[in-house]
Amino acid sequence: MTLLQVENLTVEFPSRRGTLTAIEDVCLTVAPGEILGMVGESGAGKSMTGAAIIGLIEPPGRIARGEIRLEGERIDNLDREAMRRVRGRRIGAIFQDPLTSLNPVLTVGEQLIETIQTHLKLSRSAARERAIDWLRRVGIPAPEKRVDTYPHQYSGGMRQRVVIALALCAEPRLIIADEPTTALDVSVQAQIIALLRKLCKETGASVILVTHDMGVIAETADRVAVMYAGRVIEVGTVADVLRAPRHPYTAGLMASIPRIGEKPDILPQIDGSMPRLNARPDGCAFNPRCPKRMDICTRLRPELTPDAHGDVACHLFSKEPAT
Amino acid sequence: MSPHSEAPLLEVSGLRKSFDLSKPFINRLIERSERQLVRAVDGVDFTIQRGQTLSLVGESGCGKSTVAKLIMGLTRPSGGSIRFEGTELADQSAGKPAPVRRRMQMIFQDPYASLNPRWRVARIIAEPMKSFGTHPDPQARRREVDRLLEFVGLGAADGDKFPHEFSGGQRQRISIARAISTKPEFLVCDEPTSALDVSVQAQILNLMRELQRELGLTYLFISHDLAVVNYISDWIGVMYLGRLVELAPAAQIFANPQHPYTRLLLDTVPDISMVNRDMDRPAGEVPNPITPPPGCHFHPRCAHADARCKAQMPDFIATATGHARCHAVQEGRLSPIAERTALRGVM
Repeated sequence: MTLLQVENLTVEFPSRRGTLTAIEDVCLTVAPGEILGMVGESGAGKSMTGAAIIGLIEPPGRIARGEIRLEGERIDNLDREAMRRVRGRRIGAIFQDPLTSLNPVLTVGEQLIETIQTHLKLSRSAARERAIDWLRRVGIPAPEKRVDTYPHQYSGGMRQRVVIALALCAEPRLIIADEPTTALDVSVQAQIIALLRKLCKETGASVILVTHDMGVIAETADRVAVMYAGRVIEVGTVADVLRAPRHPYTAGLMASIPRIGEKPDILPQIDGSMPRLNARPDGCAFNPRCPKRMDICTRLRPELTPDAHGDVACHLFSKEPAT
Repeated sequence: MSPHSEAPLLEVSGLRKSFDLSKPFINRLIERSERQLVRAVDGVDFTIQRGQTLSLVGESGCGKSTVAKLIMGLTRPSGGSIRFEGTELADQSAGKPAPVRRRMQMIFQDPYASLNPRWRVARIIAEPMKSFGTHPDPQARRREVDRLLEFVGLGAADGDKFPHEFSGGQRQRISIARAISTKPEFLVCDEPTSALDVSVQAQILNLMRELQRELGLTYLFISHDLAVVNYISDWIGVMYLGRLVELAPAAQIFANPQHPYTRLLLDTVPDISMVNRDMDRPAGEVPNPITPPPGCHFHPRCAHADARCKAQMPDFIATATGHARCHAVQEGRLSPIAERTALRGVM
């Protein structure tokens, strides 16, 4: 049974110059205990997909069509109050900047206790015990003392540990982690990723890990979904997608990442840049930059089609070439 | 590849920069507190040969960007010397001496903040030529701007547009065109691709390599991304809390890292060729630079630290591959790179 199922999710923003489609017909599934990586360049729609799942699309943005099912139950059409109960209790969130996702005027303990008591029926002292226990689990030294200190008294890496504790303390089934290590230094990033992976294995929670860093995906995720211009264009296991990417965009992206230990004269590059929201070409959005463009690519949008190595949305892999 | 085969283009020695974080005098008097100095750059030595690229890498707060600013004269050093082809720059104010400054330019990290949004692109690119007087005739200047735009992969017609009409990668091309407009020999590039997406990053890195080949440019490249640095550099300097802890040819740093901090960085950087590697390595965090640990700044995070490391600052000594600032390397206490090669050998 899948934990999360997203079908044809489309998010639109009405504007004075017409409606902008941020993400279009996004389909995803997340299995229990799985870490799904979501990669793509800025503006590809990966954060927007995460925000839609957790019900945090800011108006005037709206879900125009599609369904989001958590454990079989639709959550995309819940009212604010019902969605507020889902958030935190069943879906946790970790954002990029640990300083802005913590309240600076409340102690770390207050914030944890508030979250725990909102979602679980526990007395204040029991909630405090649980808060200290979570600080210990995320690797905060001397949690009995640090529980009564404020976020500014923590370093960047320690703050992100607190954010992870906040996301996990109500024991949600799914965590949306949006660029959780981007604001951190590399040596700290590795610790945070390892911690996230360990805790999810322990609690059995699934993670949607949104990042632009392929290295982080490679070392953390089980499966990966690649997004381009608002659509998922390739999904598969990390090993398949990273070692044998099939969509020409994924292949170009993988080749253009400099690697330690290799020093080519010229890095393979994808010319051009991702189209803006209001200037997406017809057919496949990647066709103007694609080295393998065919006639059909400028006319017909390829759909995400499953095969033995995962799903790919590209006419090169269409079973029956459409006319 | 020897660093001493000819006179280097840039020679930095004993470079220091302290920032005063002290409270005002009267508060210090009342609270009886001491002056408080941050040694952002604390005795850095390196040279760059003409036509080569030296990269400085390190985590935030290690002083790498401060070194870039000191060299460009954007802030004045507290001590040490910066020689550009033998001309001392450290005691000069910004923009002086002009003939030398014309030959040094800088590319900044954020292409959204480093271009004046109210100027047309042609005016942005022509500004250095105008201020250094290299093309006094406005029409000749405009022709040169058109040539530069095409050289960096944009069109001459783009000169009449404003920066907001361009994507991040195109803006960085404009920054590069501006930087090379006075025909400099030396470019300081402070994280020029950090704000860009990966597919665009490759375009900019390739453009920079091409410029280096065609114009014989010398680069000082500042970055935190080891894979990018590996692609672009001839030499790499690793900085930690204001000090250069290792300096060696790029290939050597990656194949045979000496300093424990360099090894830590290489082990923790996420790498797409390492699918689902076990990353559980306790490594601590960078301490507060206001109160750095005594002795070797790295000792609280170092598995090889002993009493000497805690008390005495290591010298910058020659090693098999370059230079390193580490007692353990000097005393031969460090195991060779066996564990690392074993780790990387998987793929």
